[in-house]
Amino acid sequence: MDGTKPAGRARQVNENQCQMCMPLGGVIAFKGIENSMVISHGSQGCSTYMRLANVEHFNEPVDIASSGLNEKQTIYGGEANLKKALDNVTRVYAPTVIGVLTTCLAETMGEDLDRIIQDYTKERGATGIEIIPVPTPSYSGSHTEGFWAATKAIMAHYTRHSDHHRRINVIIPHISPADIREIKRILSLMGLDYTLLPDYSMTLDRPYGGTYQKIPLGGTKPEDIAAMSGAPLTIQFGETCPDELSPGLWLQREYGVPLVNLPLPIGLEATDRFLEILQKISGHSLPELLTTERGWLLDAMADSHKYNAEGRPVIYGEPEIVYALSRICTENGAPPLVIASGTKNSRLAELLVPVLADIEDKLVLLEETDFATIDVAAALAGVNIAVGHSGGKFLTERRGIPVVRVGFPIHDRTGGQRILSVGYAGTLAFLDRFTNTLLEAKYASYRTQIKEKMMIRSC
Amino acid sequence: MEECCVQKAGLDACISERQNSISSGGKNKTAIHCADDSLAGSVSQRACVFCGARVVLNPVTDAVHLVHGPIGCATYTWDIRGSLSSGSEMYRNSFSSDMKEHDVVFGGEKKLVACIDEIVEKYHPPAIFVYATCVSGMIGDDIIAVSKAASSRHSIEVIPVESSGFISGNKVVGYRAAAVALMKLIIPKNGETVQKTRKLNFLGEYNLGGETWLIQRYLAEMGIEINVAFTGDSTVAALKQAPGACLNIVQCTGSMHWVAANLEKEFETPFMSVNFFGAENTADSLRRIAAFYDDPEIYRCTEALIAREMDRIRPIIQRYRKKLTGKRAAIYVGGAYKAVAIIRQLKELGMEIVLTGTQTGKKEEYDDISGMLDENAVVIDDANPAELEKFLLEKRVDVMAGGVKERALAFKLGIGFVDHNHDRKECLAGFDGAVTFAHEVYVTTCSPVWKQLKRTLAPEVC
Repeated sequence: MDGTKPAGRARQVNENQCQMCMPLGGVIAFKGIENSMVISHGSQGCSTYMRLANVEHFNEPVDIASSGLNEKQTIYGGEANLKKALDNVTRVYAPTVIGVLTTCLAETMGEDLDRIIQDYTKERGATGIEIIPVPTPSYSGSHTEGFWAATKAIMAHYTRHSDHHRRINVIIPHISPADIREIKRILSLMGLDYTLLPDYSMTLDRPYGGTYQKIPLGGTKPEDIAAMSGAPLTIQFGETCPDELSPGLWLQREYGVPLVNLPLPIGLEATDRFLEILQKISGHSLPELLTTERGWLLDAMADSHKYNAEGRPVIYGEPEIVYALSRICTENGAPPLVIASGTKNSRLAELLVPVLADIEDKLVLLEETDFATIDVAAALAGVNIAVGHSGGKFLTERRGIPVVRVGFPIHDRTGGQRILSVGYAGTLAFLDRFTNTLLEAKYASYRTQIKEKMMIRSC
Repeated sequence: MEECCVQKAGLDACISERQNSISSGGKNKTAIHCADDSLAGSVSQRACVFCGARVVLNPVTDAVHLVHGPIGCATYTWDIRGSLSSGSEMYRNSFSSDMKEHDVVFGGEKKLVACIDEIVEKYHPPAIFVYATCVSGMIGDDIIAVSKAASSRHSIEVIPVESSGFISGNKVVGYRAAAVALMKLIIPKNGETVQKTRKLNFLGEYNLGGETWLIQRYLAEMGIEINVAFTGDSTVAALKQAPGACLNIVQCTGSMHWVAANLEKEFETPFMSVNFFGAENTADSLRRIAAFYDDPEIYRCTEALIAREMDRIRPIIQRYRKKLTGKRAAIYVGGAYKAVAIIRQLKELGMEIVLTGTQTGKKEEYDDISGMLDENAVVIDDANPAELEKFLLEKRVDVMAGGVKERALAFKLGIGFVDHNHDRKECLAGFDGAVTFAHEVYVTTCSPVWKQLKRTLAPEVC
């Protein structure tokens, strides 16, 4: 491997964005808390745009209220609007927790959220509703930081001293509801009790049936979050998570809960590592079902390895998932040539060094980048497959490079919420998608290509 | 705490302050409360000024659309419309000045200048629209001065769009910002003039699913040419020829009425409203256009076209009508002109309209809507999901027409859904569009999946 030094954008203009805004990540984290609602403190447009992005991805109604700031409030302050928004959200949704996420506008206005909420709580008395403010101006971070910041704020808000108990903590990055469910299945198969934060596995992918609930059932319970301080261990899939935003690190520093940061269990090695730790904590060996699933994965890796060797991928998206996907592709003989994220991350380059140690091809690592840059890098590197969210659609449209869809947002295909990539079963599902995408592209054109290459042309 | 969302028949809103924004159908009703700022905390379906401006201008195909602000505003509007282009694909890219903390503190003008220079160097576009957002507006970046200087530095059109999101939660205000920008582009400079022709401009038409092209075909058959559409499949050069039209036809009045009025003032071009959604509306619009030209040959061709198309589609629509008669429909869309057109079309399909709402309707428009509906129908301005849910269930709706955000709710409630938004891929205009619309209404209203869903639905519905 060579050239892992991050190459940022030399240009000023961002052309075709590879990241979403900071409050969006915060919204997703709050949707993982039981009976919660969110208010975006800013212009009406911000909440509508975030709802649109979420609805298109999850195919679920995703309600986000707005304090609806306009010109008057930019001069006199948004306090009255925010209080009214809290009242109205309470009345219509009857939540037990309201996340208040600031926007660029509110932060630029210098809104003092803590004071407003303190006032509000004093004025309204005991409403039984917890209000958790999180500053999320998108000029200082992407949806990735928004997700971590909100998760940490939720934890800091609820966690109290707790007696030691056996439930382990599991903190996840921004992954699909299907991925969360698979992690939970594995934990249960290992016979472990756990608190998973934030758990939007049911709230952002609800089964049909019964009376429609304005706030979907499910989510991590506040009382469980409160007791995370008494856990024997925290597993956090957040190797790229910055220290200052790390919920697991905060818990370790505040309450001494040991933190194990792991890569997302995507790929054989990463899943093995996750399960080794679970075996150690639980004292149980790998159950037969997981052993079988591991066997199926190994079998598939062998069956597909020659096809996968033809893969020359570009991988893009949020740092944590990009890191995990780089590992699985490398493990299967298709190391990435371009790795890109719209988010700036101080860890990614360093983490990739051992992963790509034996790879001769030069890697291009792009951070805080855009799709115009990714497009050029992919073309120069001779990429033939892309792995990431729907933002890469122009790679297909303009360069004929197919995209294996994973991550957020998936707005041009259905089922973004159901894309499964973690654990042995998820890894296998991902691998099949990857291999078959290569095969589909190959069968679509190899006859013509070979003909053009091999036959003597008559003049 | 008050009881959450009292579920009783009637027109109660969950939030008392929203009470006056909900009314019923029938004539001589008390006026609906509308065109106001959205209520804080009410989960309005509306967007912002920037959104309004961007959707109107974005279909200008060969222009660069540069959003001056932090990343989100550009991300969420990247390639957001289903507008098609016959040439340049530049408009499908999303450019952002990607303001960071430093720019917010020290001002973003320098970065904006650099962005414009980079874009000109890379693409040499004929025009750049520079959109203001909440933050750039709030910190007082002078996009007008920056645009003016860049215009003369590069000898291209750099046009500021004053679309700071916080100015209003109402897209209509953004439509105006876009309209002002368009007028800046159109009005000839340096004493140039544009020769008048017999062509017409088609305002408020965005070429979703190729709709501009379809109407162009109809008009060509009548012997009439389109000068330029605003803004579907338009180019900067074509828009500059706008003063050469002898007539402006206006479809989406919300976005383009002001432009039409100004084109009349500046260039003495008369304008008329048209509506190509639904067969009857299409025929009526084509006849009125023909009447403007008042030419026997045009009259003859128009009638021939209408007769032929009506004969062709009537039996098809009849077939759908048989399947759809008596089904109950709801409409929640952005603009009132669209709501009115959909009401007409659904009625032609024999359906009962039990709920109609818009994000941006005006009082007179709501009077029209109420007049078309019977007294049991609900009319609603700036609805929120809780209200939509309540009425969709209460009114036992079979199918809803609306935007993406409403789609997920409808499906969750086991209700069919017709996409009538700016992201849609199908042509719903003209005679062909009327058939497509009927087909869409049919496949979703009468889909076999609802039977399966209803089998598992809890007996208690509202």
